[in-house]
Amino acid sequence: MTVAFIILAALTTAGMAAAMGLRNLVHCVLALTLGFAGLAALYLQLGAQFVGFTQILVYVGAVAILAVFAIMMTQSAGPTRRPVFSSAWVTGSIVAGCVFAVLAWAICSSEVSRKMLPPEPEATVHQIGDALMHTFVLPLEIIGLLLTVALIGAVVLAMPEKREMR
Amino acid sequence: MSSLTSYLLLSALLFSIGLAGALTRRSAILVLIGIELMLNAANLNFLAFWRYGPNPAALTGIMFTIFSISVAAAEAAVGLGIILAVYRHSSTTDLDQMNSMKG
Amino acid sequence: MPETIDQIFVVSKHWLLGHLPTGVQPMFSALLSVVPVLIVFPLLFAITTVLERKGLGRIQNRYGPNRTGPFGLFQPIADAVKSLTKEDIVPHTADEVVHFLAPLLLVSAAFLAYAVVPVGRNMVVADLNAGVLFFFAVGSLVELAVFMAGWSSRNKYSLLGAMRAIAQMISYEVPLVLASVVVIMAAGSLSTVAIVKAQAGYTGILPHWFVFTPWGFAGFVLFMIAATAESNRSPFDLPEGESEIIAGYYIEYSGFKFALFFLGEYLGMFATSGMAITLFLGGWAAPVSFLTWVPSYFWFFSKLLVLIAGFIWVRGTLPRLRMDQLMNFAWRFILPMALLNIFIAGVWHFMSVGPLRWLVCTILVVAPCILLSRSLKQEKKLQVRTYRFAE
Repeated sequence: MTVAFIILAALTTAGMAAAMGLRNLVHCVLALTLGFAGLAALYLQLGAQFVGFTQILVYVGAVAILAVFAIMMTQSAGPTRRPVFSSAWVTGSIVAGCVFAVLAWAICSSEVSRKMLPPEPEATVHQIGDALMHTFVLPLEIIGLLLTVALIGAVVLAMPEKREMR
Repeated sequence: MSSLTSYLLLSALLFSIGLAGALTRRSAILVLIGIELMLNAANLNFLAFWRYGPNPAALTGIMFTIFSISVAAAEAAVGLGIILAVYRHSSTTDLDQMNSMKG
Repeated sequence: MPETIDQIFVVSKHWLLGHLPTGVQPMFSALLSVVPVLIVFPLLFAITTVLERKGLGRIQNRYGPNRTGPFGLFQPIADAVKSLTKEDIVPHTADEVVHFLAPLLLVSAAFLAYAVVPVGRNMVVADLNAGVLFFFAVGSLVELAVFMAGWSSRNKYSLLGAMRAIAQMISYEVPLVLASVVVIMAAGSLSTVAIVKAQAGYTGILPHWFVFTPWGFAGFVLFMIAATAESNRSPFDLPEGESEIIAGYYIEYSGFKFALFFLGEYLGMFATSGMAITLFLGGWAAPVSFLTWVPSYFWFFSKLLVLIAGFIWVRGTLPRLRMDQLMNFAWRFILPMALLNIFIAGVWHFMSVGPLRWLVCTILVVAPCILLSRSLKQEKKLQVRTYRFAE
């Protein structure tokens, strides 16, 4: 529970809570980006350099931009006057609160947190590459296939329908 | 409270914030963002267990996180494509109004 | 003696740190590494603005600025005074917080990228294990800043310019990364210091830089084209062209914030040039083996100035590309060439050393280049005239 962890955790939680609570959609996405950056800093704190930089590259650099483009393309003119939360918000909040309570109870009462903490492990990019090519080569190939299918699928879904022109 | 517990609690908190957002917001895009948030919380969990767990040299936590990031990005792309297609059909992203199977 | 001049900054930093108590040494070490970056590169930006305007002027057969100071060399000071004293106008309906944060994010991202560029021997701010990945991750923050600038101004032209700029940056980011993957393959590491070390050594008097191999040369050209597009420089400056969209996403910015955007764009240009030098041109290594006594930072900055001169030259020579031409070029020429380049680098690695692999790899680079460019050229065929009515 170092100072760095507390600051980063507060920043990330604030960003994510704002992302889920704000009225303006673009403000939500910008707060989400702050949360992603906070998470990337937490990953770096844990010693996973490669994952931290990949998080920034993929989430902040691609997913946030994608969300922003989608918001731009689906917004009707003017800010919305409708209520921000859907009609089932009470049930949803209760369910989320119960999930958090159960998880927190499970974490705090488990044996795992009382063991001795091991020293800092080393995860160089070389080792990650080795693991990807030897132990995890099958998931790597499947992910490649999945990303190709997702790319083609997203393009097909979002393509404008052809209209006949006389 | 040890470091591992604090990371796990943070991850649980982020997960429930994402779940609350996904269950209560009206706009379809924000539901997708909530799902992304849940996936990120799970990634944090994986990395915390990799760092403080029994066998960090196997790099399992990092591998899982890398694959999870890729899958989440692909899912965000396809999900937003679906939202765009639905918007083109019914001119709204309001989930409360998407309650009929007939087009 | 040459080693002393070469390492003078490193030695003086350690000498300064020796005078401080050990508790604060890490923080001051970081500070002493970062502050020179914050001083040198904006100074280089100031020099580049006047060099660019003079250079463009000469290419266009006119003088550049020549009123302020001898040969107009004090123009940056005049520009700085103007931008600091101009009124900072924020539109009434603009989103003030996002409007304020956009140039900050842009400049911060541009400065962060210098952390992994080795400026000389032992002179890098942070020797990260995944340095090249950090560089590209930080580069992708710029797109978000561009969107924030365009959207917060609540101006349709601004938003249109921002969307175009983001589409262009995303399209050219993939070839940028792929063009550097070849170098990572050849050097076997993502650390910039290791990549420069892999290009050390000379055969005879010629260096082992990656640009002197077929795949390295193709990669360098692809990287520079993608870098020009990433920093929205001509001929890819449609999102910010004066005659097209009147400065695009920073229309509504004035005074110091506009200067920050300008600074961020040029800093991005320098950072990608610095990365190109590190990846392809041997970093801080001397070009011929009998000149290694010259300090390493001198070679880095000379190569940087040559690349900047190249950027200015291209800006003054080539016309602007249209948006669809730009996107076509990215997805149908640059990206396939970058992918093929990876394959060619693999072929180079697995063939035995000798003239045969030079021949094979050169043919493998040149032939797809010619074939792809032929396929992109659209033949003007006579077509039946079709009419489209507004609906």
